[in-house]
Order: sequence, then C-alpha cells, then structure tokens
Amino acid sequence: MNWILDHIPDLLAASGDHLQLALIPVVVGLVLSLPLGWVANRWTVARAIMVPVSGLLYTIPSLALFVMMPLLLGTKILDPINVQAALTVYTVALLVRSIADALAAVPESVVQAASAMGYRTAGRFFAVELPLAVPVLVAGVRVAAVSNISLVAVGQIIGVGGLGYFLLHGAQTSPPNFQEIIAGIALIVVLALIVDGLLALAGRALTPWTRQQVGRAGGGRRSRAVVVK
Amino acid sequence: MIEFQSVTKRYPDGTVAVDALDLTIDAGKITVLVGPSGCGKTTSLRMINRMVEASSGTILVNGADVRAQRPATLRRGIGYVIQNAGLFPHRTVVDNIATVPILLGTKKAAARRRAEELLDTVGLPRELGGRYPAQLSGGQQQRVGVARALAADPPVLLMDEPFSAVDPVVRDDLQEELLRLQSELGKTIVFVTHDIDEAIKLGDKVAVLRVGGTLAQYDTPATLLAKPVDDFVASFVGRDRGYRALGFLSAHGAQIAPLSTVPLGSPVDAARAALENGWAVVVDEGKAPLGWVSSTSLSTVEGELRSADLVSGGSLYAADAKSGSLRTALDAALSSPSGIGIAVDSDGAVAGGVTAESVLKALDEARRSGGVPS
Ligand SMILES: Nc1ncnc2c1ncn2[C@@H]1O[C@H](COP(=O)(O)OP(=O)(O)OP(=O)(O)O)[C@@H](O)[C@H]1O
Ligand SMILES: [Mg+2]
Repeated sequence: MNWILDHIPDLLAASGDHLQLALIPVVVGLVLSLPLGWVANRWTVARAIMVPVSGLLYTIPSLALFVMMPLLLGTKILDPINVQAALTVYTVALLVRSIADALAAVPESVVQAASAMGYRTAGRFFAVELPLAVPVLVAGVRVAAVSNISLVAVGQIIGVGGLGYFLLHGAQTSPPNFQEIIAGIALIVVLALIVDGLLALAGRALTPWTRQQVGRAGGGRRSRAVVVK
Repeated sequence: MIEFQSVTKRYPDGTVAVDALDLTIDAGKITVLVGPSGCGKTTSLRMINRMVEASSGTILVNGADVRAQRPATLRRGIGYVIQNAGLFPHRTVVDNIATVPILLGTKKAAARRRAEELLDTVGLPRELGGRYPAQLSGGQQQRVGVARALAADPPVLLMDEPFSAVDPVVRDDLQEELLRLQSELGKTIVFVTHDIDEAIKLGDKVAVLRVGGTLAQYDTPATLLAKPVDDFVASFVGRDRGYRALGFLSAHGAQIAPLSTVPLGSPVDAARAALENGWAVVVDEGKAPLGWVSSTSLSTVEGELRSADLVSGGSLYAADAKSGSLRTALDAALSSPSGIGIAVDSDGAVAGGVTAESVLKALDEARRSGGVPS
C-alpha cells in the first residue's frame, strides 16, 4: 500500500485528466450525432449509408485510430487532441445509430399529432421527438462513456493516457510495480462505474414518464457491457 | 363553414383517394364522413388542416382558402383528435392539454390553469392532471385528446375515428359526452368514422363516401335511413334501417291508453281485481313501475304482493321527453311481457301504456301527413 499512499495526489490528478480525455469526446460526439442521427432517420438513403459506415468506423482498432489522427489532423504526435478526436469518432459511430433508432421508435401517431397541433419541424424535434428518444439515447451515451473511459488508457501508448500511465509505467519498472498497476486498473473501473451510475440517474431524472409503465424500450441494461478494443 | 370545391387528392403512387369532392359543411354542426375502409375519409379530413395537400380544387374554412396560411399557423386554429388520442407520452395530462395555447404564446401558468378547467369540461377529475398518459384508461386518454383539441378554443374540430379504439360501453359514454359538449360549445365538427351507427347517432348531417373518394349521399341521418339514394348506401346503412329510422320520429302521435296499476304490498285480492286483460302494473309509492302481475302469476300468491311475485317488465318509454321516439315506444311494447309498453312521465311515474298497434298507427299517420321522408 506504500506506493499508493505516497502517490495519492498523482493518482487523483491522473483521474481528472482521464475523465477529461474520455468525457469531452462524449459531449462533442453527442452534439455531432444529434443532427446526423436526425438526417439518418429522415432519409432512407442517408440511413442506408450512415449506419453501415458508422458501424465500420467502430471496428477500427483504437490504437490504429490514435496513430492515424496526427496524419489526419496535422497535430503533434503527443497532442491530447489525438486521443479525444479518436474517441469522438467512436462516440459518433455509436450514437448515430442509437439516435436514428430512437427517433424511428417514436410512435407515428405522436409525431402526426404534434404536426397537427401546429409544431414546425424543428419545434417538433426538440419538444417531442428528442425527449421521447432520451431513454434510448441515454443507454447509448452510457455505453460510449464507459467505453471511452476504458479506451483512454490505450492512448498511453502514444503518450496520452490519463490513468493508463500507471499501467504502462508499473509494467515497465523492474521488477513490475503491481501496486501501481492495480491502482490504475481499479481507478479506471471505479471511474467507469461512477460515470455510468451518474448517467443512469440523470436519465431517470430526465424521463419521469417512463417509471409509470412496464417494459418500455430504452433505459436499458446493455450499457453494462464495457467495450474493450 | 367548410367548403370542398372539386377537391381531388392523388397520392404520388397514383392512388386517387378523393375524386372531385364537392361538400359544404355547416358551421356549428356535427358533420360525419362515413364509408368503407379506404374511401378517403382520413384524406378528406386531413386536407382541411393541410396534413395532406390537395392535388387540385379548393378548400375554404370560413371563406378563407386554407392555402392562404402557413400550415403550422392554420393547424393551431383547428382542433384535431385522432384515434388512440396520440397524446404525448412524456407530458402530463395538463401539459398535453396546454400544448396549443403555449405554441400560440400563452404563458405557461395561464395555459395550465385553462387546461385544468378543460378537465372539468370533458368530465375528468382534476387529480388526473398530473398523471402521464400511460397512467390513464383508453377512455380517459380519449377525453384528454378532446380537451387538448379544445384548448385554444378553435372554431373547427376535426376528429378521425376518435372513439374506435375503446370498448362499446366507453364509446357510448364518449359519444354522449361529445353531444353534450357540442350542445354547449357549438363547434363546427367534422367527424370521421366507419361505423354507420355512430354516424347516425352523432351527425347533424352524414356524408357517405364510396371507395374512389366520391360522395354517395349527403343528408340528415333520418333521410339517410328512410331514403338511401342507391343500393350501395342502402347496404352500407345496413339491416334494420326501417326500424332504426323510427328513432328519428317523435312518438307524439302514438296514443297512450290508461293502464291499470296496483301498489306493491296490496292484498292479492285487490291485485286480482285490478287485472285488465289479465295484466296489471305494480308500482311503488311514487307510482314508478316495478313490474307486472298476471292472472297466471297471481295464482300461486297468497297474502300481500311482494317484489318476488312480480314478472319483470320491458324497456320504458319516456312519454314527454324529446327523446321519446317511435322507436323507444315500439321497443317498450315489444319488450313488455303483456305486449303493452309502459310510458312514464318526467318523474318516472306510470303515465299509461302504448301498444305496437298504436305505434304503427302513429307511423301511418306521420307518413300520410308527410312527417316521414318518402
Ligand atoms: N400516403 C399515402 N400514399 C399512397 N396512398 C395512400 C396514402 N394514404 C392513403 N392512401 C390511399 O388512399 C385511399 C384513401 O385512404 P384514407 O386513409 O383516406 O381512407 P379512409 O377512408 O380513412 O380509410 P380507413 O377507414 O381505413 O381509415 C386508400 O386507398 C389508401 O390506400
Ligand atoms: Mg382513416
């Protein structure tokens, strides 16, 4: 425990960096995927292109994406932007489909009723379709957040990794510093659980109407699956 | 007033849903569009608020071409109720109802207050205001749908099969409620249904459409039943239409004959003495009918007349109410064990009896004096 007790400030600072590296891409990705998801839901052609493409993006190994970013963006190799941009790509890839599906799941009768009440397209989107998409959307955001938190550590290989530093550093010390490695892993897991829990709570707070009924789509359990690449 | 002037709707796939429709819908009345599935009822209705754009022709609402306004603006001034209510699941009942006033710029608090008043109007307790639609029964949801359509007090209300998803008993309640509301509000209501009975019950006028989107007949319910223009309308109006047409004729002319009555608790001998043609009506202290006794039923009774000794009666015919039609009079006679229908006055007391013969005689007289469309 000595090593851990001696390094608490370092661990906390690295946790802060880690969260920032993981969650800023979630926010940016969400903002980008809302219009993209809307477009994918609106036009069948757009959907036919965007859904497979985003699925494809998601299959690119994270390390490859991290390494490609400086080439694509013209950034320095050690710039944290590389990691954040790559994670934004994953987030968008995940959420475009979620949002398109969530919007498609809004009952046609409700959309029709909104139009008949006198909503214009944009008003209807923000007042009716988006709120109804929230349960599915939150499920998608939870998956993206948890997956980003685990992926940030991989960024350490290109020098930007938040808590990933301790994993790599602990392994490269001779003999390996297991306290350091375990502390890094444990903190990553704890951060993922806390963020996931907070998002689940936020989702509940945003959707009081779903609590009154049983078996409605969304609010799902599937965000438990942590995607490791 | 809503006017269809040679309105045609051709969908992009070539389907002609409505074909050169000319129709004038009276202001302040309920006009029902009825017809078999696919005859263009919904399409016609939706062209009024431009949820569907007409391919050609003109629709005027109170003299103004619907195309003169932007669709969203037009729709905020026209109430719309759809099947299954189409309520917003994420908004409480009150917020659902307040939708259009808020779109029109009413302050939230004021719109909510108005929404609560509308709960009273449609016969829902105010406690339901804070619930979400999923916490309401189908009938309650439908009432909220009506309240939401009424919230901005639009002069025109469009209703597309609003009651078809609820069970028959609830549907009956909702229909009665709509008639009551309409008697207070006097909106111009266009009501779509495929149920001819609903059309006849609710409509001041009924437009029967045929597949292909043309008008088969446009008349009052009574005329529709009495004088369908062709076989299509006749078969659509359905069986028993002669009998159902009696519902539109006042039973005023049907003669009410005195009826022999005995109070419950009378000695059996007094009851026997009261029998006329073998039957007498047993009444309570208020002279309201309780049932019948006959010579046969009394043969086993001793002492005083108790409720267990009565033969249960048929339907009653309210002789003075405006709802007293030849149909209710005839039904009272046909359903009575004695063959004499009991007529009651506004207090529910026995006023006399009607026989099937007297009803048919009244019908005959009404025919001869031109009271029946023929
Ligand atoms: N969006 C559309 N595209 C193509 N054809 C349509 C469309 N909407 C309706 N139609 C067709 O137009 C015709 C009239 O449809 P409409 O919905 O107006 O009928 P309806 O009388 O309301 O029928 P129902 O009683 O079944 O509701 C039908 O043949 C239908 O298939
Ligand atoms: Mg229809």
